[in-house]
Amino acid sequence: MNLMRRRILMNRLVMALSGLAAAIGLFFLIWILGYVTVKGVGAINWAFFTQLPSPPGVEGGGLSSAIVGTLIMTVLAALMAVPIGIIAGTYLSEFGRDSRLGHTVRFLSDILVSAPSIVIGVFVYLVMVKPLGGFSGLAGAVSLAIIMLPVVTRTTEEMLRLVPGEMREAALALGAPYWHTMVRVVFRAATAGLLTGVLLAVARVSGETAPLLFTALNSPYWGNLNQPMSNLTVTLFNYAMSPYDDWHAKAWGAAFLITASVLIVTILTRFILRDRSKR
Amino acid sequence: MNPEAPSPHTPKVSVRNLNFYYGDKQVLFDNNLDIADGKVTAFIGPSGCGKSTHIRTYNRMFDLYRGQRADGEIIVDGTNILDPKIPALQLRHKIGMIFQKPTPFPMSIFDNVAYGLRLHSKTSKSELEGRVETALRSAALLDEVKDIMHQHGTALSGGQQQRLCIARAIAVEPEIILMDEPCSALDPISTAKIEELIDQLKGEFTIVIVTHNMQQAARVSDYTAFFYMGKLIEFDDTEAIFTSPKNSQTEDYITGRFG
Repeated sequence: MNLMRRRILMNRLVMALSGLAAAIGLFFLIWILGYVTVKGVGAINWAFFTQLPSPPGVEGGGLSSAIVGTLIMTVLAALMAVPIGIIAGTYLSEFGRDSRLGHTVRFLSDILVSAPSIVIGVFVYLVMVKPLGGFSGLAGAVSLAIIMLPVVTRTTEEMLRLVPGEMREAALALGAPYWHTMVRVVFRAATAGLLTGVLLAVARVSGETAPLLFTALNSPYWGNLNQPMSNLTVTLFNYAMSPYDDWHAKAWGAAFLITASVLIVTILTRFILRDRSKR
Repeated sequence: MNPEAPSPHTPKVSVRNLNFYYGDKQVLFDNNLDIADGKVTAFIGPSGCGKSTHIRTYNRMFDLYRGQRADGEIIVDGTNILDPKIPALQLRHKIGMIFQKPTPFPMSIFDNVAYGLRLHSKTSKSELEGRVETALRSAALLDEVKDIMHQHGTALSGGQQQRLCIARAIAVEPEIILMDEPCSALDPISTAKIEELIDQLKGEFTIVIVTHNMQQAARVSDYTAFFYMGKLIEFDDTEAIFTSPKNSQTEDYITGRFG
């Protein structure tokens, strides 16, 4: 009986500890989200989205150029990383399962996923910014694309593996060539999963600052892919370090906007996946 | 031993000295048999006896997997289809296959059946519609789906999905249909419908069916082959196999003493 009581006690203790651990995690998440919202939502207004940044010390203005710059670089990065990532993921899932090349690509992808983003920034600085003679939006997009690539590759591989082998065999048994089987049947079966991978990759890069600092830098003007390009994260960094209250408020606004966008993309992803599992 | 193959009809498929290997491991040993044209031939035997492996050589499905290879001859209409010069795509056009689990494609019912048709020929829309309808009627599914042709194939029940797969396979007008345990994922009522369908389809198609269910083999097939450990042990009229098997291993298996 004594032993039984000890086990019940132990059970309660472990239960309480795991509850506490979860609560601590949630507490900081809610704190951050709440703080960013409270501080940032006040800075969000029409001018924030439509006007160019004002000169230092001058009130008013907005971050339109930074918002557009971030959008352009993210979309451009996705245009570069998504096709390559999907094709690479297809190779890993369909042809490179047990081959040496497959294992190597998979291993390098996993390393690239966990590589510090600042290293990627420095790398692009050395191979693009220096040789081409200056910071540019294009270099920024390339550095984001490098960060997205392994995420898209690995999710594509995993999502394609979820499609049962019998589905491939059924299409091939009808006399379909392999590429037709992949494009018309397997990709279609994995659409939601592939889209999820892309959205996850977008969410992953939308908060990146370090790689942009070395590549796109920042600019108060409308962007140009050949020149330093305005973007939200580096603007947030610069504004937060400045001595002006108005800039501080705008930095909070930018923080709120980035957080809200990532949240929306993540929720969207969940939604797509849930919709798929219902079918 | 090479059992006598019954040959009251012209053989559609003649298998000669078929051996099969997964890497270094040999799993089929010197299989010899003739599949009669327009009849139903059933393969029975305990799990792992090689009956599925055997049937999958007829459309060279094993080509997909590294390390799997077959030697010997499989002659279909005078051509050895194991010859690497015969394109597998062309072969599979002529030899359809139904799998254990229904495999509807992630598209509408109509597009599922039209998939193979679109692959092999450029047909007008009205002709395509006609052929899809014919295939669905032959698969005894038309009445159930004619008003929901544009719904997802996965919305159907398991048994309906399997009949959809049969419709998809017969739409391209193959000569041979291979069925690898087509009912093992289905309930008894759906199974009965598929068996009825097999009965209707024979004559027009040569059907080879792998089954774990001996009653099913007895009900649907004209000829039955018993496999054990990669060897073809006995092959005869279904009635003879089930009433007076010549081999003691066959007898032990069908009377439930092992397997």
